[in-house]
Amino acid sequence: MYSKILVLQFPSGEVKKPVVCYLTKYYDLSFNILKATIFPRKEGIMVLELSGSKKNFKNGVQYLKNQGVVVKNASQEVTRDNSKCIHCGACTAVCPTGALSIKRPEMWVAFDQKKCSVCELCVRACPTRAMKIQPSSETFFE
Amino acid sequence: MAGYRVNKTYAEINEKIRSGQVVVATAEEIIDIVDEKGAEEAARTVDVVTTGTFSPMCSSGAFFNFKQSVPAIKASNVWFNNVPAYGALAAVDCFLGATEPCEEDPLNKVWPGEFNYGGGHVIQDLVAGRTVHMRATGYGTSCYPKREEEREISIDDLPQAILCNPRNGYQNYNCAINLTNKTIYTYLGTLKPKGGNANYSTAGQLSPLFNDPYYKTIGLGTRIFLGGGIGYVTWHGTQHKPTAQRSKNGIPMSPAGTMWVMGDLKQMSPDWLVGISMQGYGVSLAVGLGVPIPILNEEIVRYTAVADEDIHCQVVDYGNDYPNGVDRNYGYVSYAALKSGMIHVNGKEVPTVPVSSVVKAREIAMRLKKWIENGEFFIGEPQFTLPVS
Ligand code: SF4
Ligand code: SF4
Repeated sequence: MYSKILVLQFPSGEVKKPVVCYLTKYYDLSFNILKATIFPRKEGIMVLELSGSKKNFKNGVQYLKNQGVVVKNASQEVTRDNSKCIHCGACTAVCPTGALSIKRPEMWVAFDQKKCSVCELCVRACPTRAMKIQPSSETFFE
Repeated sequence: MAGYRVNKTYAEINEKIRSGQVVVATAEEIIDIVDEKGAEEAARTVDVVTTGTFSPMCSSGAFFNFKQSVPAIKASNVWFNNVPAYGALAAVDCFLGATEPCEEDPLNKVWPGEFNYGGGHVIQDLVAGRTVHMRATGYGTSCYPKREEEREISIDDLPQAILCNPRNGYQNYNCAINLTNKTIYTYLGTLKPKGGNANYSTAGQLSPLFNDPYYKTIGLGTRIFLGGGIGYVTWHGTQHKPTAQRSKNGIPMSPAGTMWVMGDLKQMSPDWLVGISMQGYGVSLAVGLGVPIPILNEEIVRYTAVADEDIHCQVVDYGNDYPNGVDRNYGYVSYAALKSGMIHVNGKEVPTVPVSSVVKAREIAMRLKKWIENGEFFIGEPQFTLPVS
């Protein structure tokens, strides 16, 4: 039995197809969706725990990739270096979960890591490189 | 210009600073003061209004003199941490531009480029006291025989390091949207397709030139907060366009006035000069800038009381119109609406995204206020003010 928490990044068009259901149907994998944020017109992000035999797991992930889904391990987290953050707000344009949000009326930018889906979109969008990908403190597998 | 009920001179205001009697308000605080007391009484009470802005300002850079080596060199090409500087000045003088990427940067070849390091970052590293690797080459002359030079330098090793920004503090700017079907990466940040977000970049009611829209107190010699230290306005900035259309309160509706500013980099700070990487666009420098407005009469205090509701900017499509020079806008929105987080464009709700830091802008106005109250900063009387036509 092999199990891993994965972050799936769907390109904007792909979300309609039930690709995740096909993982069960064709690859005998079971999944548990931990978090999903899929909005119309935006890229979709899904964090799920995927379990099955190692071979099926590998094939299932390959299938997802062939469908244009970006697959990443969730053993990472995104953190903010507060000394670098200038509270410009640029990251809020790309954050799909609302983990980065502007507090009004003062206009400072809050980062709520609990809401973060580790999609990494803010990492390159942040002009001061305050947002960083780090290996997560928790180990989910193996 | 006769007929003011309140008349103060620069000398009187500076005397009040010297004696500790000065009354200073930030550009946000003055709004309520004028509202409560009226302009005349406010002008009697308040002597200086402080403004601030903190934003990527691409037209920025620094002049360096890096001391002769032995034997001497005529440095034609100069690099700092592999970022090229312009060396066609005297032998060991150069200018480093904020938007120069580092030489091995893949730029936009892998799109959108990351632009991790450039001129703005070198400037921040230097003011932070960090050492940078300098390399220079020359073609060799009788008086300057050396052809190559490499050194580790810190800002203390440089006889002169002067921040010199030909265009800062734009008076108003566009609000950018993208009406194409693809995400685009601009100097105003990431713009999602089909009007997915609207980005804007001034501090609104805190921003210097909104508080003195006809530049009645700003010109050559105006002493300012610059990069955490003290600097000066030395000229009108490049692209200064005072003739832009203005609303009744004098506020331009599109990009208008600009300032050319200078200051000694050695007394500035990495908190207020921050190297910037704009995804898919390039490197730049976020500059902290604050201008004190002396309240010479009630007309000036009325200008400083401008609020976000009274400041409007145009919504421009950066997907197609802006790159192709199409002169069109999608209406005007107020900074109050922009700061609320949502505007309406073509009848559709569009979330707004700031690129300029209001938090930092407010902090600059507060710091400048403290400096003046503590008698550490005096108002510089301009030799002449920025052109209005
Ligand atoms: S983009 Fe970066 S610097 Fe700007 S508010 Fe977000 S985390 Fe802070
Ligand atoms: S990685 Fe960044 S953009 Fe993605 S959800 Fe977390 S905070 Fe938001």
